[in-house]
This record gives sequence, C-alpha cells and structure tokens, in this order.
Amino acid sequence: MRQYLLAVHMVEGEPTPPEEQIQQAYKAVDAFNAEVQAAGNWVFAGGLYPPSTATVVRSQGGQVVTTDGPFAETKEQLGGFWVIAAPDLDAALAWAAKGSEACGQPVEVRPFQETGDE
Amino acid sequence: MPGADAATVEQAYRESSGRAVATLVRLFGDIDLAEEAVQEAFVVATERWPATGVPPNPGGWIVTTARNKAVDRLRRESSRFGREAQATLMNADAEPPEEVGPVPDDRLRLIFTCCHPALAAEAQLALTLRLIAGLQTAEIARAFLVPEATVAQRLVRAKRKIRAAGIPYRVPRDEELPGRLPFALAVVYLIFNEGYTASAGDNLVRSGLCAEAIRLARLLAALMPDEPEVRGLLALLLLTDARRPARTGPGGSLVLLADQGRGRWDRALVAEGQQLVRACLRLGRPGPYQLQAAISAVHSDAPAAADTDWGQILALYDQLIAVMPTPVVALNRCVAVAEVHGPARALELTGGLDLDGYHLYHSTRADLLRRLGRRDDARAAYDAAIARATNGAEASFLRRQRDRL
Repeated sequence: MRQYLLAVHMVEGEPTPPEEQIQQAYKAVDAFNAEVQAAGNWVFAGGLYPPSTATVVRSQGGQVVTTDGPFAETKEQLGGFWVIAAPDLDAALAWAAKGSEACGQPVEVRPFQETGDE
Repeated sequence: MPGADAATVEQAYRESSGRAVATLVRLFGDIDLAEEAVQEAFVVATERWPATGVPPNPGGWIVTTARNKAVDRLRRESSRFGREAQATLMNADAEPPEEVGPVPDDRLRLIFTCCHPALAAEAQLALTLRLIAGLQTAEIARAFLVPEATVAQRLVRAKRKIRAAGIPYRVPRDEELPGRLPFALAVVYLIFNEGYTASAGDNLVRSGLCAEAIRLARLLAALMPDEPEVRGLLALLLLTDARRPARTGPGGSLVLLADQGRGRWDRALVAEGQQLVRACLRLGRPGPYQLQAAISAVHSDAPAAADTDWGQILALYDQLIAVMPTPVVALNRCVAVAEVHGPARALELTGGLDLDGYHLYHSTRADLLRRLGRRDDARAAYDAAIARATNGAEASFLRRQRDRL
C-alpha cells in the first residue's frame, strides 16, 4: 500500500454557498469518511480554517521570522485534506473522485514519498 | 544465416523492442531498468549478430538477454537498492526462463500505463512512441519538431511520475475500460494526425509517424479484438492513409479530396479499411472512430468525386454529431450539408460555430462563399484561414485558392 494526499483546494473570494448546501456537503463528507474507514484505506483527514488564520515561520541560522500568512499569495488555498492508503494511483483517483463529489471541490492527488525513494 | 547487416539488426530492434521492454517492465516493475536492459541487449546483438547471424527467434533472444542484463545489474546494485531489489530479483528468478513467446498482454498493459490520463497528453505521446514503438528520443524530437532536450525531459518526468505516483501497470478492468480506452485511441490518432498533416514545417506528411500509428492501431486491434472502436480507429487510419499518394501534388502541394486522382489511392488499404468498417459496424456499437471510418469508406466507394453518396455521408454525420457533439464535427457536417442542401444552408450553419482560431473553419466558409458568388467575403475568409494555418503546404494551398477567385 502507498499513501496519498487528497488535497481539497478552495478558491478564495468565491460566494459562500447557501447554508443548506454547506450542511449537505458536511453530511456527504461524513459519509465519505465512513466509507474510507470501512474500506480500510483511512489514514488521517482534516478540514482547515481559512488561510487568513495562517502564520508563516522562517528560521535560518537561529533567526526566526514570523509573518502573517498564508505562504502562497494565490487565490487557491488548501481547505482540507485526506491521507489515504491505496494500492496504486488508480485506486487513489477513484477515492479522490468520490471525495470531490462529496465536498463539491476539486481534489489534488499527491503521492507520499516512500522510504527508499530518491 | 551469417552476416546480419546493420539494417537487419535495426529492423529486429524496431520489431521487438516494444515487446521486450513491456515484458521486462512486467518482470521488474521498473521502466528505466527495462529500457536500459533492452538497449544493452541490442548492443550485444549489434556486436554478435553480424558474425553469428540473426537467431531464429530474435525477439525471444532479446528478451532473454535483456532479462539477464537486468538481473546482473540488480545483483550489482542490490546493496544500494536494498530489500526491494532483492525481492524483485527473487520474482525475476522465479519466472520460468522460457517466457519468450508472444506475450501481447505485456504490451497492452504498457500502452495503458503510457496513455494514463494522469500524464500530460504530450508525455503520453512521447512515452508511447518511445516504449511501445521503440523510437529513439531524437527521432521523437524530429517528428514533433521540438528540441531533443524537451522530449528527454518529458520522458524523464513522466517516468518519474509513473514510479512516484504508482500509476499501475495493468489493463484497466472492464468497468474502467470505457473511461480509459479513449485515451489510448486518442494517442494513436494524434500520432497519425501529426504524421498526416504536420502541425508545423513545410512537408505535408511525415509518413514515419503514420506508419507507427497504424502499427500501434494494428497491435491494439489484435490485442482487443472485441472492442469495435479499436477496429474503427484502425479502419479510419487505413482509409485515410490509402489516399496519401494522391494527397500531394508536384512539389509537395496539397490536393483536396475532390481533386485527387483516385487511381493513385492504395486499393489494398481501401479494401482492408472497408472490410473492417463493415465488420465493426455489424456489432451494433457505433462510436466516433467507427462513424468517421464509415464516412471515409463512403468516400472511398465513389469512383469519382461526383459519384459520392453525400446523402449517406450526411446521415453518418448526423449519427457522429450525436455521439461527438464538437464544433469540428459540426463544421465537417456542414460540408456534407452543402452537397445535399446547398451552400447557403451550410453557410448559415457555420455561423453558429465557435471556431475562430481554426484555419479550416475559415477555409470551409471561404469555399461556401465562393460557391455563393460572394467573392469579397470569400477572399476575406481565405485571408483569415491563411493567417491561422501553421503548415506551410496548407498555407500555400489556401493562397492559391484565394488567388484563383
């Protein structure tokens, strides 16, 4: 089994969907989480507060500089993620498709480095 | 049969490298290792075959030699690669030594790895040509008129992604196949089209790419005989390629279908293509490639352009646009509409198409305007087409059409 990050990207400044739709997405994500857990592919997952709550820390030679985040000045920011275990990319993509359907956002799939990789 | 010359070794390479690489990828699970081992085996062949002659089963010889080379290398490097390499070695050793017969499934698996939608389209093309067709990086670069370093980088990145992301090396399951097969077919079709009308440069055709695409389509058709779209694609390529000798005039200039000397069409390719079209349409699962092939087959049926059964072609376009509702298909349908219902009706239909950047949109409109006697409008449309044409032969054809107005 390999591990994959399924990252949910949010576009900042997009109009907030109606409350009903948000509740529906929460429910769908809960159901998706339960499905990943039941299938034995679950590693970890979490939703994040918006990028305005982020802080960036840089430490070099003992000098610590702390700045108001986020790190990347782009409109697309990480909104939440899953870490799943899957036998190959096709299996990970299949989970990502279900996750995307549930949360209503595009999902980026990234493989974790494995021990022994260059 | 002693005295194999360089050309014979080269031909053996072309014919067996794809299969050998695919088999080694299955055995060792690593594309780079497989490629390098197959290259090494061919180096040995180049040294040995001129004296000993080509062995009775050159493909099998290459696979066995390459496998031994790969095992040697893994043994040498196993301390570096650690347990994983040891495990791979055990798997490879466990394989019976005589896995040298035709193992077409290996190539099919590798085609689906190369044409995985997680890879960029140009990477899919380069990987397929390199690993399945056995083209060198420099040959791919020449074929697509991009620097060799660019192709090399695409290949390195794609192979790294296959390994790092765990793109599997297997034929998609039945339920996945409808989603995945179109990517493999599209790659083969793109390779053919790039060969048939080069997107840049002055030569209209780079026939080497057409031949490779047909070889790949034949391979897919042999490996997946139950998929009508695969046979449809092969038929489409054969029927299109059959016209190649008639498609260019003196000096490499472009000759339109209606003006082609049909005696110069390759009758054997036409016959094979038509037979394939009939056979796959009988299965009753028409798809975009089969329908395009059927349209091409109707053209091939006509002894002269004036004999073309445009009614049937329009009916096929109606079916095609139902399964493939793209503006380009709609544009091509307009050409049939012009023959059946007249250029005025066709021109009206082109008005709603969002194809301003496409040179053939403007040249189609130019031709319709010319037939309607609107010379100034036709000239403006030809100018727009010329400005957007990237192939030199196509652009000079369009200039001649414009100047004849």
